[in-house]
Amino acid sequence: MSEQHRSVTLTVNGRTHQFDVPVRRLLSDAIRHDVGLTGTHVGCEHGVCGACTVLMDGRPVRSCLLFAVSADGAAITTVEGLAAADGTRHPVQQAFTECHALQCGFCTPGFLTTIAAALEDNSHPSEEQAEEIISGNLCRCTGYQNIKAAVLRAAELKRAAG
Amino acid sequence: MKPPAFTYHAPESLDEALGVLAEVGEDGKVLAGGQSLVPILNMRLAAPAHLVDINRVAGLSTVDTNDTSVTVGATARHTDVELDDAAYGVQPLLRQALRLVAHPVIRNRGTTVGSLAHADPAGEMTAVLALTRGSVRITSGSGSRNVDATDFFVGPLECCLRAGEMVESATFPAFPAGTGSAFIEVARRHGDYALCGVAAAVTVLDGAVSAARAAYISVGPTPLLVDLTDAVAGGAVSGGAVSGADWAAAGRLAQSQVSPEADIHSTASYRRHLVGVLTARALAEAAAAAAPTHSLPLRRSG
Ligand SMILES: Cc1cc2nc3c(=O)[nH]c(=O)nc-3n(C[C@H](O)[C@H](O)[C@H](O)COP(=O)(O)OP(=O)(O)OC[C@H]3O[C@@H](n4cnc5c(N)ncnc54)[C@H](O)[C@@H]3O)c2cc1C
Ligand code: FES
Ligand code: FES
Repeated sequence: MSEQHRSVTLTVNGRTHQFDVPVRRLLSDAIRHDVGLTGTHVGCEHGVCGACTVLMDGRPVRSCLLFAVSADGAAITTVEGLAAADGTRHPVQQAFTECHALQCGFCTPGFLTTIAAALEDNSHPSEEQAEEIISGNLCRCTGYQNIKAAVLRAAELKRAAG
Repeated sequence: MKPPAFTYHAPESLDEALGVLAEVGEDGKVLAGGQSLVPILNMRLAAPAHLVDINRVAGLSTVDTNDTSVTVGATARHTDVELDDAAYGVQPLLRQALRLVAHPVIRNRGTTVGSLAHADPAGEMTAVLALTRGSVRITSGSGSRNVDATDFFVGPLECCLRAGEMVESATFPAFPAGTGSAFIEVARRHGDYALCGVAAAVTVLDGAVSAARAAYISVGPTPLLVDLTDAVAGGAVSGGAVSGADWAAAGRLAQSQVSPEADIHSTASYRRHLVGVLTARALAEAAAAAAPTHSLPLRRSG
């Protein structure tokens, strides 16, 4: 049996991409292989680690638990889309640098997208809320204290920027 | 880990979806939020020949609330139900439970109806459907039927859906007047499936406890509903606090009704212990939510 393919259109970080995929292609793999953006990392492929988190129409989702065909027509923001067009870091990226919130960086793209979206909904998270925001992402080396500090720092930077 | 090959269908209307489901029969699976199904496919624990993606079907993403119930459509996300203030007003247990379902990012995509159809005995929403005496609307090309929670859940990961059918919506009735509710669970890590979870509802009439019921997850093959009224009836309520109700006795009564099993996460006896402790806590919290707090002297802050 020849495998079913479909054409998919995705707007990734503001640019429209159209390509043909086998229908079983995961969105995470489509972003990496078909769109060519490898900032989105793939860890567990069953929804547990959070490394593959991207924004779909503004909401963070696990790209390893979506088929590219299901995302047809959607607007996707990956970690590459967080910084401003002139390269200025997103407040979350700036905060991660300042607070030493990464070591190997494998988990970082998922944290950045998740936190960026959470701060859109809540620009003044409490410590407890900062923990809740990052509770669905696994980091094996940095430790969560610095990452939590970065959430609070990012919120501060974002508020200062208005 | 990559999913096995399948044929993909993306119907845009309910009729079209039901037509495809009828055609593919036993070989087809509904794809809703994919937060349970896609991991299963990625790990190759299942290999359905056809996936029927219902996410583009018009009219299924609604959360409808009236005075007596909340009805959730098949593609309403956990997050949409959790954040719906009208739904919280009529059936607060929905939000109380949804906060414990996975993580916010999973809830953005996972559906409440999908978690019922998945029928995981550790799934919080199965207990919510059971405790609210809710029902699901099952639809196929040849018509619809409403099925109560008690008949819907058949076993672990098994509900009474037949080939060609899908769940169109789930209805969670409001509790009787004077009822408070709570959902408490213990999990290894925040967001994990619970080792034991308790949904509780306590009704207070004329200042005394008149009914107490609880539903349990992770301690049996399907959500277990237990009436605990006998252990706590008559407990007096005054000024927002419940006194004289023996919550620990209710915990012991609940323990006598469950037969939990051991797995890699927990021994059976630890689960039984949790049933006792969490029952007492959940009932006390539910009773406090039921008691009319407006009779408390108001302390103004600031
Ligand atoms: C990391 C992680 C942690 C999680 N933790 C929890 C947790 O703590 N508690 C919890 O309850 N859940 C948890 N989940 C599961 C989550 O709640 C799922 O969203 C839910 O179980 C299934 O909903 P879905 O819409 O994603 O369904 P899908 O994954 O799309 O489908 C699941 C099953 O239900 C069937 N189905 C779905 N919708 C319908 C329908 N309308 N009619 C007929 N059949 C249908 C599918 O065919 C499939 O067999 C977790 C998931 C992940 C990835
Ligand atoms: S790779 Fe998607 S959650 Fe781990
Ligand atoms: S920085 Fe290495 S896993 Fe998080």
